[in-house]
Amino acid sequence: MVTASPHRPDGRPAPARQATLGESLRRNGVSRRGFLKFCAATASMMALPPSMAPAIAAALESARRPSVIWLSFQECTGCTESLTRSFSPTVENLILDTISLDYHHTLQAAAGDAAEHAREAAMHANAGEYLVVVDGSLPGPGANPGYSTIAGISNYDMLMETVADAAAVIAVGSCAAFGGLPKASPNPSGAVAVQDLVKDKPVINVSGCPPLPMVITGVLAQYLTFGKLPELDQYNRPLAFFGQSIHDRCYRRPFYDKGLFAETFDDEGAKKGWCLYRLGCKGPMTYNACATMKWNGGTSWPVEAGAPCLGCSEPDFWDAGGFYDALSVPPGNSGDMLLAAGAAGVAVGAGVGLLARSQAKGAAKQHQTVTAEELEQKL
Amino acid sequence: MASIGDIPIKVEGEPAAPVAYGNALPVLSQVRHALAQLIQGGEPTQIDLGAMPFGPGDEERLMTLLGSGEVTASVDALGPTRIQETAFSGVWVVEYLNTDGQRVALHLEVDHAPRLLRSQPADLSDALAALDARLSAPDANPAPGD
Amino acid sequence: MTAVEFLMLTKGPLFQAALAVFALGVLVRLVEILALGRAHNYAAPRGSAALGGLRTMYKRFEPDPGTFKAAPFDVVVGMVWHIGFIVALLLFIPHVELIKSTFGIAWPALPNPVVDAITAITILGLLAALVHRLAHPVKRFLSTPEDYLIWGVTFLVMITGYLAYHRLINPYPLALGIHILAAEIFLVVLPFTKLTHMFTAFVARYYNGATFGRKGVQS
Repeated sequence: MVTASPHRPDGRPAPARQATLGESLRRNGVSRRGFLKFCAATASMMALPPSMAPAIAAALESARRPSVIWLSFQECTGCTESLTRSFSPTVENLILDTISLDYHHTLQAAAGDAAEHAREAAMHANAGEYLVVVDGSLPGPGANPGYSTIAGISNYDMLMETVADAAAVIAVGSCAAFGGLPKASPNPSGAVAVQDLVKDKPVINVSGCPPLPMVITGVLAQYLTFGKLPELDQYNRPLAFFGQSIHDRCYRRPFYDKGLFAETFDDEGAKKGWCLYRLGCKGPMTYNACATMKWNGGTSWPVEAGAPCLGCSEPDFWDAGGFYDALSVPPGNSGDMLLAAGAAGVAVGAGVGLLARSQAKGAAKQHQTVTAEELEQKL
Repeated sequence: MASIGDIPIKVEGEPAAPVAYGNALPVLSQVRHALAQLIQGGEPTQIDLGAMPFGPGDEERLMTLLGSGEVTASVDALGPTRIQETAFSGVWVVEYLNTDGQRVALHLEVDHAPRLLRSQPADLSDALAALDARLSAPDANPAPGD
Repeated sequence: MTAVEFLMLTKGPLFQAALAVFALGVLVRLVEILALGRAHNYAAPRGSAALGGLRTMYKRFEPDPGTFKAAPFDVVVGMVWHIGFIVALLLFIPHVELIKSTFGIAWPALPNPVVDAITAITILGLLAALVHRLAHPVKRFLSTPEDYLIWGVTFLVMITGYLAYHRLINPYPLALGIHILAAEIFLVVLPFTKLTHMFTAFVARYYNGATFGRKGVQS
């Protein structure tokens, strides 16, 4: 069962843009109070202050249905799972029903040629206006394209062809945004991120492994509502969701400040819910909205469950040291190297010292005494 | 699909004592500030509690601190919305639920009355038109509905 | 290079290299001094050399009243920032974790706000020391480029740590990487400059005190 059914799985062209979102909601019997509520919830979802609800209402009155083409490359479908497991069906369904999801491998009914025709039809009907959502990384232009193909088309060719007439690209998940697991060392498939390939279109990165469902829909909602792309950080992630670190928004932060830490996963500190820094929490270097939006419909999130943040929304997080090593701990074993360098230091130091000592002894041996008379005779 | 609350959970050993994370009190002072603003300039404030870094028990603690007042209301539009006046006049808890009864947003509103309870201006003219239509109808006892 | 790659470079190979230079350099210098030994003293001892040496190692922590009267600024500011530096180095939780992973030993740490305040005081102390050094004609005359170099590497470690803790450089992995790099520069520079006084000061104090202790006089 999926909550977002593709509207045109049969390959017919997508309908021309007609009703605005406000109109379509009212046609569905949503009252003005319902609309106000929808806007309040949408503001929450977009991480905007509730006072923005009237502005959202005004914008939604004239918002139009964008066509969305969802491309899945080297991915695990976790991002789609996350999206379809979102726990507030009313709001998100409305958003997803409002967009026209014209192509999505996993969710669409069509298969084979019909599926590819649906993509091409959507591209032609909405040229220059459709959104491309990508999850998964893809083998770069220099890599063997055989690592990932769809309908005999290499991921690279499909991305470049689909993006050519797109309004913008949304890279969903850390694989699409930063390369993720496929790109992790040694990167056998030559995986690259979408932003490494798409240079002439705006790319929005919605990172996370997977991203929060509310963040995926929030970004779509924002585009749908205001018709423009959100403000982005230096990794092209929407600031509304990725503007603050996990550490800065963590409810366990007071314990970090007080210096109260869980030392193991089952000690007193862990039971009392103290800070997980020493257990390897990457919260200080991770920017995401988990601490406030939480998972499973606001039930909990990793730190609340007692697990340190792995930093899954950051670039190269797979290669950023051990998940359970504190952030300040270097990877690898410094001890052996330190011992070797120390031993060498002791040997060299002792050698130089003893050499100087024997030189001093030799000098003392060669020392000859001389009396005042002998000196006077010499003169 | 079973709701997450249906998953049976057995707690072994002594449950840990509740921890005060101390994240509720700052919200209370934010509410105080908003209330002062309402009195001075008449400017209402909405606070999205979903955007607060609450730990387990923080929300309950805040709700206990806020208490409950005289008014309880429910709005049935796009799923129920529960509105509760707190012990502090002018401070309202507004919980938006979807049709499945799951929370979509939790706001505090500092205002004379919550926005959602007021009649919507666009609805007023619609109502006027509906009343006019009703009065000018030749039949005195029309069937309910349209 | 992304910020995370930079952080992994500073945490990984660069840290290993800096640690190797530090351990090798410091031990060469210390063992050389110890291997040289002291000239044999043929006079009959009038007191314990070892006891006198140990006493002086400790006693030199107390400021000498004469020096304090002559240069109160140097004594107070010098002490403040030295203590601050050592506290920040050894009692900050992430540093304790680092030491634990590298040397296998750990000890309790101070709460972060305390270390933060001490770091701020230390940075101010270092700045005051530099201003004083530049403004004071005699100090300025005596200062060599090495003095400014070691002030620079010390200050760099402190200020980058402060900036990283307060997230004043974005993204955070870059801030942390810069701080680790600064610490690595400090470690590499240490064995080749008068920063070795971190270790040799105690050797010198011991020998000094031992000489006096053997003679049965106070030092």
